Amino acid sequence: MARAGDPAALLRIRGLGKSYAAPVLVDVELDLVGGEVHALVGANGAGKSTLARLICGIDQADTGEMELEGAAYAPRGKREAERLGVHLIPQELNLIATLSVAENLFLPRLPSRFGMLDRPRLEAAARAALATVGLDGLDPWTVVGGLGVGHQQLVEIAKALAHPCRMLILDEPTAALTSPEIETLFGEIDRLRRAGVALVYVSHRMEEIQRIADRTTVLRDGRVVHTGPTAELPTARALQLMVGREVARAMSRERAAPGAVALTVEGLSRGELVDNVSFTVRRGEILGVAGLVGSGRTELLRAVFGADAPDAGRVLVGDPPRRVKIEQPSDAVRAGIGMVPEDRKEQGLLLQEPVRVNATLARLSAMTHRGGWLDLEAERGVAEQSRDAMAVRCSSVEQPVRELSGGNQQKVLIGRWLLRDVDVLLFDEPTRGIDVEAKEMVYRVLGELAAAGKALVVVSSELEELLAICDRIAVMSAGKMAATLERDECTHERIMTAAFSNYLSGPDAVLHGASA
Amino acid sequence: MNPPTTTTAEPGRSPLAGRMGGHLQGAAAEHLGLVLVLALLVGMFGALSENFLSALTFTTLANQIPALTVVAVGMTLVLVIGGIDLSVGSVLALSGGILGVALTSWGLPLWLGALLALGVGLLAGIVNGWVTVAWAVPSFIVTLGMLEIARGSAYLVTASQSLYVGEPVQPLGAPTALGLSPTWFLAILLVAAGQVTLSRTIFGRYMIAIGTNEQAVRLSGIDPRPVKMIVFALVGVLAGLGGVFSVAYLETADPNAGIGIELAAIAAVVIGGTSLMGGRGSVVNSFLGVLIISVLQVGLAQIGASEPVKRVVTGAVIVLAVILDSYRHRFAPRGEVWRRLRKTPG
Ligand SMILES: Nc1ncnc2c1ncn2[C@@H]1O[C@H](COP(=O)(O)OP(=O)(O)OP(=O)(O)O)[C@@H](O)[C@H]1O
Ligand SMILES: [Mg+2]
Repeated sequence: MARAGDPAALLRIRGLGKSYAAPVLVDVELDLVGGEVHALVGANGAGKSTLARLICGIDQADTGEMELEGAAYAPRGKREAERLGVHLIPQELNLIATLSVAENLFLPRLPSRFGMLDRPRLEAAARAALATVGLDGLDPWTVVGGLGVGHQQLVEIAKALAHPCRMLILDEPTAALTSPEIETLFGEIDRLRRAGVALVYVSHRMEEIQRIADRTTVLRDGRVVHTGPTAELPTARALQLMVGREVARAMSRERAAPGAVALTVEGLSRGELVDNVSFTVRRGEILGVAGLVGSGRTELLRAVFGADAPDAGRVLVGDPPRRVKIEQPSDAVRAGIGMVPEDRKEQGLLLQEPVRVNATLARLSAMTHRGGWLDLEAERGVAEQSRDAMAVRCSSVEQPVRELSGGNQQKVLIGRWLLRDVDVLLFDEPTRGIDVEAKEMVYRVLGELAAAGKALVVVSSELEELLAICDRIAVMSAGKMAATLERDECTHERIMTAAFSNYLSGPDAVLHGASA
Repeated sequence: MNPPTTTTAEPGRSPLAGRMGGHLQGAAAEHLGLVLVLALLVGMFGALSENFLSALTFTTLANQIPALTVVAVGMTLVLVIGGIDLSVGSVLALSGGILGVALTSWGLPLWLGALLALGVGLLAGIVNGWVTVAWAVPSFIVTLGMLEIARGSAYLVTASQSLYVGEPVQPLGAPTALGLSPTWFLAILLVAAGQVTLSRTIFGRYMIAIGTNEQAVRLSGIDPRPVKMIVFALVGVLAGLGGVFSVAYLETADPNAGIGIELAAIAAVVIGGTSLMGGRGSVVNSFLGVLIISVLQVGLAQIGASEPVKRVVTGAVIVLAVILDSYRHRFAPRGEVWRRLRKTPG
């Protein structure tokens, strides 16, 4: 087994350091061995993605050195690292929205004939690549911008798998995936491991790490605080190492009897992915929405919120239900409905703007006083409160959001809607990319919102999460609401059965590729 | 509280941060480069031509820039929301033509004629905004159409003639205090108003946000459409005002007025560091851009440069300025160079 100084290591990292405004990585030492899955865990902002970027040449270290198979390794760009066989599946999706899936898959090296794009060859290669992640059914010429985050994530994974590699770093690949897609991914990871590839796996989902990682390294504040076989590191101990103290994983909340009906959706349809969906949510209630990637969960929320205008159906608020006409998100907000979108980078954040601007965006109109003037001091105060409430890790609220780690960006986005007083809040993957401790905080926040009489709808790929916090769980399957389960009937099996129920070909087709 | 983190708060790294934090300090840093370039140009022309550093040069220059200035203010606003308005030159000519006809043929008083001219500008702006927003047509195309429409209308209104207006517009154009015309003071006022709108009002915040990520704005429950409409309407009014200023300056309504002024305005705005991609802009910096271009023009004329040479040099200066700016902003997001430039070692 690999120990520090393992001669068998494919990549040796020695004394690696990186600073931006402050030190982000300090004296990192790591040996990555071929044929092993090496998990990298740590709280939001611990430096995991930064380390991944350094290994893949996207950023350069300030100090320290790396050796790839005994030769000095200091890639000055992503391309150089890839030429040496080191690939990354980045945390933030990086596909070009206006191009097709096929083109995205092979972008820097598209197959060509006589200088022209070789479409048949590209299509065949793309189909093969998509099959490795179970996306056999996806047309390779689909434009990426039209795909949900889950599918985009799968395309990113397929893109990395399409190239032969010696080392693959996966930065939170499963944050937007549900269990069947994860199974497929794990099948691929296993295949690569057996082929002798060195894998680095970054995740906040400790169950996954227990399952697939051979070794685990814990980063805290940019330092390696532990490296060792995963089998010898129970989850509780890992969490303790990550945050430096005991973490309580309550994952449950007090439930009060739900109040009056707050939101009624009747026969809502939009395109193919929202087909005649009806449901109600009461004040003080958390309704979970489960389903596979691409089952229409996100599309449902977007249609309710007016982000995409529905083709048919009605949305009613309050008790007795009062019909509201929602054609734009601004109509929804006026009717007391808010939404935290799934894709923080494209749909949520103003990346180049400071945390302050991002935090207060939805609230600005409510802060209007003295006729449209911005009260910058008041705004800063509000933003700082929001930062503290969500435990956002940033140098100050003036730091541009793009410089924050993925999980901290997500917290800023959630915080934005907590500042805006609405009756109904729709959350699309609220805990995507946030660490275990922060998840607990988000669950607490959701519980408090419910206790304060808000009605919540939460879409999540993590079934455990839904089971822990929801009063009821609705299950989407191929655009239809396949089941709505009361809390005492919610089991893993029932939910998954419902999730597959509308796929004619059954689970096997969707799971196809898991064993490949 | 959140876990202990770094303490290097740096006002001024993002455009919005710059206008917040240490407001003056950030702003000064932002303007400094342009002021330096301007001083350099003035010094250079002063050295090359003994007549350049005179009161006369400066009042002439000042009285000549109000039209370009207000057009550049409008251009800054529309670029900030990620749009563009190519029709400003034609709208300027149309509004000027209306003013000319109103004063000479219809015998209207100046205030009414000017109001009419602004109204025409507003109308053109509203049409631009409405088509852009309602049909989601790129504003580049919409305003390219308006460029032709308004220019044609200007010819129709003036029967393709230059109209000498003379005395009736002199209250606006004739020099007053310090040899400066009322149009100059008005233009300065609008620069200030534009900057304040952009950096201190909620409307301005929405503009910047829309230019940065319109989707995110929409999903935050803010309808971007009215904001965009208003901005296009404002740009139209400002182009109309440019028409009034240009008539006041020349004492003539010329249907050929303002040809190419959209490019001069874009150049000035871009020199001022406003992004063509939207989300970033400063009206004051655009004004500094206008001054740089104008000083260059006047200075080159005074040292006897020919028209072709003037154009070559002006073009080179524009590209140079943008390259310099791109350096600043290529590194600013990551903060590397910018931070190094600002931080004392240690
Ligand atoms: N370009 C940058 N400029 C300044 N600070 C940065 C930059 N990139 C990252 N950081 C800081 O480095 C720290 C580590 O970020 P990193 O993205 O590596 O965290 P992470 O461990 O991947 O967290 P997460 O779990 O949230 O993805 C964060 O505090 C972040 O703010
Ligand atoms: Mg990360």
